[in-house]
Amino acid sequence: MIECKNLVKVYETGDVDTIALKGVSFKIEKGEFVAIIGPSGSGKSTLMHILGALETPTDGAYFLDGKEVSKLDEDELSNLRQEKIGFVFQSFNLLPRTTVLRNVMLPLLYTETTQAQREERARLCLKYAGLEEGKYNNLSNQLSGGQIQRVAIARALINNPSIILADEPTGNLDTKTSHVVMKAFQELHRQGHTIAIITHEPEIAEFADRVISIRDGIIESDQKK
Amino acid sequence: MIIIDILQETFWSLSANKVRSGLTILGIVIGIASVITMVSIGQGAQNSIASSIQSIGSNLIIIFPGTQRGGGINAGRGSAQTLTLDDADAIKSEIQNIKAVAPEVSRRYQVTAKGANTNTQIVGTIPEYLAVRNVSMDRGAFISEQQIRSSAKVAVLGSSARDDLFGANSNPVGQTIRIKNVDFDVIGITLAKGGSGFSNPDDSIYVPISTAQHFLAGDIFVSTISVAANDQNTMTAVQQQISDLLLHRHALSDPQSADFSLINQTDIIATASSITSTFTMLLASIAGISLLVGGIGIMNMMLTTVTERTREIGLRKAVGIRKEYILWQFLSEAVTLTFFGGVMGVLLGWLASVGITRLAGLVTVISPSSILLAFGVSAGVGIVFGFYPAKRAANFSPMDALRYE
Repeated sequence: MIECKNLVKVYETGDVDTIALKGVSFKIEKGEFVAIIGPSGSGKSTLMHILGALETPTDGAYFLDGKEVSKLDEDELSNLRQEKIGFVFQSFNLLPRTTVLRNVMLPLLYTETTQAQREERARLCLKYAGLEEGKYNNLSNQLSGGQIQRVAIARALINNPSIILADEPTGNLDTKTSHVVMKAFQELHRQGHTIAIITHEPEIAEFADRVISIRDGIIESDQKK
Repeated sequence: MIIIDILQETFWSLSANKVRSGLTILGIVIGIASVITMVSIGQGAQNSIASSIQSIGSNLIIIFPGTQRGGGINAGRGSAQTLTLDDADAIKSEIQNIKAVAPEVSRRYQVTAKGANTNTQIVGTIPEYLAVRNVSMDRGAFISEQQIRSSAKVAVLGSSARDDLFGANSNPVGQTIRIKNVDFDVIGITLAKGGSGFSNPDDSIYVPISTAQHFLAGDIFVSTISVAANDQNTMTAVQQQISDLLLHRHALSDPQSADFSLINQTDIIATASSITSTFTMLLASIAGISLLVGGIGIMNMMLTTVTERTREIGLRKAVGIRKEYILWQFLSEAVTLTFFGGVMGVLLGWLASVGITRLAGLVTVISPSSILLAFGVSAGVGIVFGFYPAKRAANFSPMDALRYE
């Protein structure tokens, strides 16, 4: 489902070239729950951006659902993100002072769907993510940490994505809340979603079925449980 | 769907910052309102000058005597005495396409009546004057042919002259006034006309032309001859014919040496309106500067907004919203601000014009073209000053924007 072949990413900053990825190859099958782990500067964020179609690799190929993503232009990448990828961001990034429903419907903006269809879909996803119905019209700044995380997950699900990518989803959370969040991902996995999580904490990676460890731009280990 | 989405997003984001949006709009409101008000004052001035020139008469050609030169001293246009009643009669009998000819002898004199006195224009003229100069009677009668033949000492008062001598709205018909130690019987009052550019027809006293020549001026010359042409199209031809006729009568061969000059009303209006339109332009461009300042205010606000919402823009792009929609959304915010500013500015400008007319008594005219211009300019300001911030937002890289603190 996801196939990476020899991914290389070079950032040109002034005169110095920074090599973030030095040839990374792996596959993720449908229904897998993968954690990509590595210390800061290891290249894991770059890998995440490439997997999430936010960036294209300097060299190598990336296939998502059999389609080569590495050759797409900016607008095609946008469309791909809108259609196939669900993001859960570090600190969740909800729109401030905006209702839960509007936050969840955000990825459907400027698509050929009616307001009613979007709202129906958003309610379905929120229910799935486990947020009680009374909160749907609350503003995002009136929610607790756990509720925010459910809204972020609902938003990632709204386009019925091929893969859910989570970038340091527990980065700003205390241990207890981190575990609640990870349990929620495990629950999604059990329901058949494909999930990839980026983290630098080994105990968070423990929740996944497969751990890909990255260091200095290359895969150090790839272990399945 | 896409347009509705853009409008909805615009509405939400503008209403999230009501105070800031309101203050930004205020800049545009003031800019547009001052343009509208200034242009309305300018156009009002233009219209009132044009209409006061029109009020002298319609399709009017006025003949002035030439310049008197003696010993190298130029006494000024109209100072010579070269025009006579015979010239007027000749024009009347020999030129086609004219409605009426009215020669006049005018000069200012001190006038007394029953203890009151004033200094006013005494116009010696003939009955046709009414038709040529669009004057109508309020009370009594105008000068008759009979009174001209007999050099009768009768006078018709303009309404302001009547007010000065006998008190407002009085009826002095049958009473006597004294001009240059000659008693005149008042036989009529003209209807008030409003001031005109040159001489106020209301502040004049009309007497038979023969009486003016015999008892007041003491010579046979006339100060001007007014000719009313039949219509505007023949005016140039009529003017040329009059010029030729007078050159012939005065035995002059070279038009350069003419001892008279002609002015036609259309030329006066054209000159006056070119002055007033310059004046309008001046006012509008001063007001335009405030509109520019308002536009820069919009750009400033949009740049602040874009910086403030960097993370939000990153999020939007990351979830797959295309660059062009980000651009449209921010552009739409800027244009919406200026559009509402434009609507309010037009209303405020209109109110200000009405207020100026009420309080300062200036005539103001709001033309549809100035409203359209104001709208066009405000939408343009929105696009021009909104484009740069919108473009900046659209070009953010999603991951950098998401990590922006």
